[in-house]
Amino acid sequence: MANWTRACGVEDIDLEDVGRFDHAGRVFAIYRAPDGQFYATDGICTHEHAILSDGLVMDHLIECPKHMGRFDYRSGAARGAPVCVALRTYPVRVEGDDVLIDLG
Amino acid sequence: MSAGAVIVGAGEAGVGAAFALRAAGYAGPVTLIGGEAELPYERPPLSKDVLGGGALKPIRAEADYAAAGITLLRGRTVRRVRREAREIAFEDGGGLGYDRLLLATGAAPRRLQVPGAEAGPVHTLRDAADAFALRAAIEPGMRVAIIGGGLIGLEVAAAARGRGAAVTVLEAGPRLLGRGVPAELAAILAVAHRSNGVRLCTSCSLAEIVWRDGVADLRSADGSGTLADLVVAAIGVAPRTELAAAAGLAVDNGIAVDAELRTSDAAILAAGDCCSFPHPLFGGRRLRLESWQNAQELGQLAALNLTGGRQAVSHVPWMWSDQYALGLQVAGLPAAGAATVARHHGGDRLTLFHLGADGRLVGASGLGPGNSVARDIAIARRLIGARAAPDAAYLADPSASLKALLSLLPAAAG
Ligand SMILES: Cc1cc2nc3c(=O)[nH]c(=O)nc-3n(C[C@H](O)[C@H](O)[C@H](O)COP(=O)(O)OP(=O)(O)OC[C@H]3O[C@@H](n4cnc5c(N)ncnc54)[C@H](O)[C@@H]3O)c2cc1C
Ligand code: FES
Repeated sequence: MANWTRACGVEDIDLEDVGRFDHAGRVFAIYRAPDGQFYATDGICTHEHAILSDGLVMDHLIECPKHMGRFDYRSGAARGAPVCVALRTYPVRVEGDDVLIDLG
Repeated sequence: MSAGAVIVGAGEAGVGAAFALRAAGYAGPVTLIGGEAELPYERPPLSKDVLGGGALKPIRAEADYAAAGITLLRGRTVRRVRREAREIAFEDGGGLGYDRLLLATGAAPRRLQVPGAEAGPVHTLRDAADAFALRAAIEPGMRVAIIGGGLIGLEVAAAARGRGAAVTVLEAGPRLLGRGVPAELAAILAVAHRSNGVRLCTSCSLAEIVWRDGVADLRSADGSGTLADLVVAAIGVAPRTELAAAAGLAVDNGIAVDAELRTSDAAILAAGDCCSFPHPLFGGRRLRLESWQNAQELGQLAALNLTGGRQAVSHVPWMWSDQYALGLQVAGLPAAGAATVARHHGGDRLTLFHLGADGRLVGASGLGPGNSVARDIAIARRLIGARAAPDAAYLADPSASLKALLSLLPAAAG
């Protein structure tokens, strides 16, 4: 069942950057790609406990702030040591000035 | 059939190399040999989470090895490399042929050399077995003395405080972290340790240990003494070069390899803590690094070059340490800098940029709560790799976007 929730405003996140969204005890990461598209993944690395929104976005990759594990935030796919488990992704929709994510 | 690729040492470098061989399309047999009994695990958590009670963290799941067609031999030590026959001999008998060999033997803790050091139990920390022994030995209220104020010594100090021990760190040098971490950051860490109740004693050169009824009396050269129920020596590591040296390979502060990681025998490469290599980014200066990322990068590069590649080392060195709530990260070679520029973010977050005499960024280091300096360091790493010479005043201004500097670089810097 869809469960669309407002995560942030469109202008809250710069192009090629990431923001943090906390909801119901969970942490999410919201990305704004260089082309302006928004994406969302779980906000905690699959390697150890690190908040991904402290990391660096380059193109379509998020680099974990703790040990440089990388993920493609569009698919959640792990891109090299030390991460080998993918991130969960969430559907995103922009409505007016709001970025909504579907928590399912 | 080809004798295949043999990797000696199943640490971060060896395991990474084994999987990278497959990723590079190598189809011959791959045998990964490790002297330890455990499924290959990450060492950094040993002095952090594991001392605090956590479990070992495997580098890869056990099933991954079989799935990739990697034969993992655990608890087997290689005693000799017979280069003429292209085979290795095991300590427990038998041997194995190779047509390419990677030495990823890591490093071993240096042992205390002072009188009395052998007369009682002195812990070191390198392997899982060491961490379990240390964890079992530390009890609340116990007096723990750590010899060596380097990264491992300080992480052990933080973990021992976490377990309620009374901790003293004895450091022979004038300050903590004299190797590789800038003085400004070491000073902040010293404050953190003191406020967490650690007694720090710098310029404190251990001269002798006298044991009485299981208690160690650590006598310093200046005549002062410290009593301890438990002694940990964290005075650095030495590269494991015995196999290479006995096989007649060149050794120079580690197994000496060229920028493509080849030893003086072109069929044998070396990677990780065990080797020293010339780094093109730093004028070909010969480095031996003891860090997790370096072991991973060199392991992967070795795999490429074992399968016919001709790539030179290019990674920007990087390491981190976690102590209490603080995260330290260092990129490049701060010590190669001629000038330091500080970016004060306010609070207890500080990033330092280290500029070479020619204005190039050669290092960056930062310390702050959690991973708060990670972005600065991630950007600096790319600038260092691209040989950028950013403006010092810009670097010092916390409101100036560091990331904007990346858009001025050639595209390959990501
Ligand atoms: C407690 C601790 C904490 C650390 N924390 C950090 C940190 O926070 N950040 C960071 O960047 N780095 C850290 N490091 C450093 C990092 O873990 C090492 O740089 C890295 O593990 C090196 O990997 P390696 O594969 O070269 O060697 P190793 O990990 O030492 O692996 C070598 C392996 O080879 C085996 N071996 C050796 N000789 C033989 C033989 N003849 N036959 C069979 N097997 C053999 C050894 O038993 C060992 O298992 C830490 C290290 C330790 C010990
Ligand atoms: S916590 Fe993300 S890479 Fe280790």
